[in-house]
Amino acid sequence: MSTPVTPDVQPQPEVTALRHKDLLGIADLTPGEISLVLDTAEAMKEVGLRPIKKVPALRGKTVVNLFFEPSTRTRTSFEIAEKRLSADTLNIAIASSSVVKGETLADTAMNLEAMSPDMIVLRHASSGACHLLSRICKSAIINAGDGLHEHPTQALLDAFTIRERKGKLAGLKVAIIGDLLHSRVLRSNIYLLTKMGADVWICGPPTLVPTDIRRLGVQVTSQVDAAVRDADVVMLLRIQLERMEGAFFPSLREYFNVFGMTEERLRFARPDVMIMHPGPMNRGVEIASEVADGPYSVILDQVANGVAVRMAVLYLLAGGAEHEEAA
Amino acid sequence: MPVVMDADRIGRTLTRIAHEIVERNKGVEGLAIVGVRTRGVHIARRLARILKEITGDDVPTGALDITLYRDDLMRHAVGPQPLVRRTEIQFSIDNRTILLVDDVLYTGRTTRAALDALIDFGRPNAIQLVVLVDRGHRELPIKADYVGKNLPTAREESVQVRLMETDGTDEVVLQPFDAAQGKPGGGA
Repeated sequence: MSTPVTPDVQPQPEVTALRHKDLLGIADLTPGEISLVLDTAEAMKEVGLRPIKKVPALRGKTVVNLFFEPSTRTRTSFEIAEKRLSADTLNIAIASSSVVKGETLADTAMNLEAMSPDMIVLRHASSGACHLLSRICKSAIINAGDGLHEHPTQALLDAFTIRERKGKLAGLKVAIIGDLLHSRVLRSNIYLLTKMGADVWICGPPTLVPTDIRRLGVQVTSQVDAAVRDADVVMLLRIQLERMEGAFFPSLREYFNVFGMTEERLRFARPDVMIMHPGPMNRGVEIASEVADGPYSVILDQVANGVAVRMAVLYLLAGGAEHEEAA
Repeated sequence: MPVVMDADRIGRTLTRIAHEIVERNKGVEGLAIVGVRTRGVHIARRLARILKEITGDDVPTGALDITLYRDDLMRHAVGPQPLVRRTEIQFSIDNRTILLVDDVLYTGRTTRAALDALIDFGRPNAIQLVVLVDRGHRELPIKADYVGKNLPTAREESVQVRLMETDGTDEVVLQPFDAAQGKPGGGA
């Protein structure tokens, strides 16, 4: 039996390096750089299918995972990505850190920096925390979610998952429905999808729509049916119960009745629609179980692809920011 | 810019190598071919076609990208990372004899990386190295089992293998340093 091999006819990509020290947000990336990350992630995905899921590329590099907010999926995903690239990894979670003893973020960072790690993966509740660290640290900073600002690797893995299924991003209608106000995933996805030429619709209760969001080049509606109509992708965002200090809507039950994604509502979408959710899901709030577990759902593919995309980001940033002629 | 192998010569050379492979391995049973990206993959597929013509049997063929195994990754203080492309080996290499195929054998460093990468896929019975051109200047103890052409070169010269699939023509060219746009080497 002969095995088909894709010939290496991909044209040389126009962008062959990430010209940044850090990955702080999608806002800083060009479409060419986004494509480079996604192409590299395709190669990285294959590493995860091997009997020995490890390559020596980042041997001798130290990566600190500094998480000031609870996270299972993202932290585990980064850690697996780092280990598959042979980096040495170190996890610092808030409960065990000096922060509980009153140390500031800058002091924590400078102390870590003194032990010369090569990269710091940071999740923090304050928007801009990664930018602060980027200014005071020589290490490469990778944003794993900062406040309400950005979550770039999530948007990259979402784009990777869409491209894997649809073969492209440009021209697709993507409906993003849920808590728009508190979502860094939304912001990163809007930047990425609009840069790549997708038609982005966002939908949620008017109380949860950030002011001025239209300026980012998206359609805004509070009618779920209008958002879902002919959509290629429907992405649900979590109702962030822990960030709901005000009364944004009457009850979770009412939210589900008006905005929850059900099979009934999906009738309006394209027949090959993809259902996405960055997790963790509130079943019966933003998404019905029959949709989450249904045939259109790619939610677990998103998780699987997260490792490949994070490997690509770690690999591409490990080269450093200054660029001489290619070796 | 002397052409050291033209299309006919490359074709005849690959046919000769295919016969040597059949002779040495007493057929193609248990063989698989893995080409090193980029041009090694095209040579590997051509060899698979010739082997099929000679023996009537298909030989599984794969593509190996060695970028993540390069020994010069992260050696420069700063610099862009080399592009990573997909590795596609969709068969088990366990207990097979693997024909590892590259276009140019030079320092041996690419071959070293390819050997390390292959071993991560399993435990082959043996690995045999096939190269279209051996230009000398080894920096590691590596030797090819099948050589298309031994080509004595100076380090400053550059050997360019051009293949129909990527370059629209079949030829091997020896370029002096200057014509190579200031970049010495070519192949590894």
